[in-house]
Amino acid sequence: MPEMKEGCVKPARGPILPASQAAAPATGTTTSQEVKRVLARVGKEAIDFEANAFVEGVGFKPVKLSDYKGKWIVLCFYPGDFTFV
Amino acid sequence: MSTDSRFVHKMWQEQELSKMVKGGVPFPMLSDAGGQIGQIYGVYDEAAGVDIRGRFIIDPDFVIRAMESLTPEVGRNPDELIRQVKAFQHVRATGEVTPSGWQPGQVTLKPGPALVGKVWEAWKP
Repeated sequence: MPEMKEGCVKPARGPILPASQAAAPATGTTTSQEVKRVLARVGKEAIDFEANAFVEGVGFKPVKLSDYKGKWIVLCFYPGDFTFV
Repeated sequence: MSTDSRFVHKMWQEQELSKMVKGGVPFPMLSDAGGQIGQIYGVYDEAAGVDIRGRFIIDPDFVIRAMESLTPEVGRNPDELIRQVKAFQHVRATGEVTPSGWQPGQVTLKPGPALVGKVWEAWKP
């Protein structure tokens, strides 16, 4: 495995909202935080994101969901490492 | 993907997963720091600060085809995941549709006026 040059703080971009969603104002709030609405729906386009990742044989790298566009993708969330999934 | 850091993912792979799967799991282990991605996907539990068991199938056009979410007590069934992926792949390739419980090789249905009221004839599981 290649050497991993990586500090402990290296934020990934997180959700990458389409322009139409990102431009929508958060109604009734003055917060500057990103809108945290649920946007995932079956039959609709997936919301892209960039996340920090550990990849076997590669090491640490940021991964975008859209890196896998054109393939069948299974995206799996789970509560915590060292538990069952 | 979980709210664990990539460093914890590395330890889990090396200390445990590599002993259960030869060579370790081959796919990227993603970190959802702060649950931002889980919120967008509707699977972040704010009270617990973790992502629950959410699973999404995304097709080559980047369209979400299936989603499942469970509270954390019950683990998932990979056989059902694989069945769904194969069914969506079959539908995409043929334009046919798959009745409930369909397994690869079994009869599919061709949607249209001729099928109305005739499912009982076409499909006898």
